[in-house]
Amino acid sequence: MPSYSIVDTGNSRSFPVDHPFLAGAEDGGAVLVYLGIGAGDAWRADGSKTAILVELGTGCLGAVTGESRGEEGSNTLGFARFRVGDGAPSDLVELVRQPHSDAAAIAAATLMLEGAGLEVSLCTDAAGRILDRLLRPYFNEALAKLDEGLATADDMDLTLKLGLGYPEGPIELLERTGLHHHHDVTKALFETYGTRHYAPARRAVVAKQRAARGSGT
Amino acid sequence: MTEIRTVGVCGAGTMGAGIAIVAARAGYAVVLYDTNADSLERAATQTEGFFAKSVERGKMTEADRDAALAAYTRTTKLDDLAACDAVIEAVFENLEVKRGLLAALHKVCPEHTIFASNTSTLSITEIAGGCGREDRVVGMHFCLPAQLMKLVEMSSGLNTSEAVFAAAWAFCEALGQRPVKTKDAPGFILNYFLVPFNNDVIRLIEAGVAEPADIDKAIKVGMGYKMGPCELLDLVGLDTQVLLCEAFHGVTSDPRCAAPPLLKRMVAAGHLGRKSGRGFFTYDRNAMYGA
Ligand SMILES: NC(=O)c1ccc[n+]([C@@H]2O[C@H](COP(=O)([O-])OP(=O)(O)OC[C@H]3O[C@@H](n4cnc5c(N)ncnc54)[C@H](O)[C@@H]3O)[C@@H](O)[C@H]2O)c1
Repeated sequence: MPSYSIVDTGNSRSFPVDHPFLAGAEDGGAVLVYLGIGAGDAWRADGSKTAILVELGTGCLGAVTGESRGEEGSNTLGFARFRVGDGAPSDLVELVRQPHSDAAAIAAATLMLEGAGLEVSLCTDAAGRILDRLLRPYFNEALAKLDEGLATADDMDLTLKLGLGYPEGPIELLERTGLHHHHDVTKALFETYGTRHYAPARRAVVAKQRAARGSGT
Repeated sequence: MTEIRTVGVCGAGTMGAGIAIVAARAGYAVVLYDTNADSLERAATQTEGFFAKSVERGKMTEADRDAALAAYTRTTKLDDLAACDAVIEAVFENLEVKRGLLAALHKVCPEHTIFASNTSTLSITEIAGGCGREDRVVGMHFCLPAQLMKLVEMSSGLNTSEAVFAAAWAFCEALGQRPVKTKDAPGFILNYFLVPFNNDVIRLIEAGVAEPADIDKAIKVGMGYKMGPCELLDLVGLDTQVLLCEAFHGVTSDPRCAAPPLLKRMVAAGHLGRKSGRGFFTYDRNAMYGA
């Protein structure tokens, strides 16, 4: 496993609390990891590193590194530990590559993350990566169908749990983790994809308005 | 409402055979009907095997097994459904076939008999239309495999009477199942969410965003789902996914429901999933499912 150092810019969504990954960092590591909301701004290119990882929010890696003609790619990769709203981060890390990313950087980053007990799915620099891109339309549909009376929230949640083995139904998951956060993520994706399935559902818009008024969700 | 004692199941395929097991296990007299004698034969073997396992695992006593099998008959003659208080149809997913069956059943069955359809994609109102007892037809959508899955999505057609729906609901609970109430809408709840979600997964692969294995891992680890979408698609069959897409897109015109080009190419190439040995993943064709 490659050694790694961490530059923490604060408020990391991927590592909000202690984790073996944080504990395993050392000075002068072969891999440099930028964590936190300021990760993109703090990033500097450095060809001497095996890999550089930048924590991403809803934005793309290209916004950090720049991109042109589909020829972008270097030793810098993006990543985020998947997490819905205020829910605890999962063990899944989406590792973001560009068309010409270094294979050695990808291999080193994967080993480093797996060494800390995390699992890695590799994807391109798509808005919403894998999971948000797949899940947000499903969440919006569930919220819309609740409004249309397809079923009660309980029945809808129960159907997806019993029928597909999901650990939690969509409505309970969104209300537990903060519906207003769903609004922000799906709105960011809507900017790129523009289809109605990414447009925030009415219930998410309402939750966002209430959160903005400071009265919770 | 007349008490339900005898249950007819039409169609002895994948679903019908399982639904008949559910009814027999719950203590109902069961008449399983199919026009194809081979389907009935296969269902009989599966049923005996299933109950033998249930006894072995202590989930059923030998006496209950013997009673269930004694009250379970199979037939290729529609007239043999004349004594049924409820009939659940699980014949081919084709509107004309289902409508024809219900119209014929209406002539054979007593007035009080409730008809339930296990359709996945068709409208309950349309299936009931013209059968002669539109007020006594309900949707009862079981999950595969019916003998193991508790969930049943229940829906009323526009002409279904409230009393019939309530009686069908009570019957579903008496079967030992867990009904949920939904509407006569394409795909009810499960398929309404699942079919376009799976199409989005296929489009993600087609767009080169991630490999099937990476998507499945992301979903399982990130969301805690038991199965990844690509594994699930391979299990359901990619040809079946095309049929589901055609059924839903035809009704809803929702672009997410349209079959993605990659899906069609895979089916054209014979990559149908587990059953052909290759879909998003490759399989050893001799390996038993779950092994
Ligand atoms: N397979 C699934 O995962 C699943 C899940 C839920 C619901 N369903 C629905 O259940 C129904 C049956 O699906 P299946 O997968 O069991 O199909 P299947 O092809 O395995 O079985 C259908 C059976 O119906 C018989 N049949 C056809 N027309 C008939 C008729 N007019 N009279 C009597 N028997 C007839 C056939 O001989 C066959 O044995 C469909 O409506 C389907 O949409 C399927």
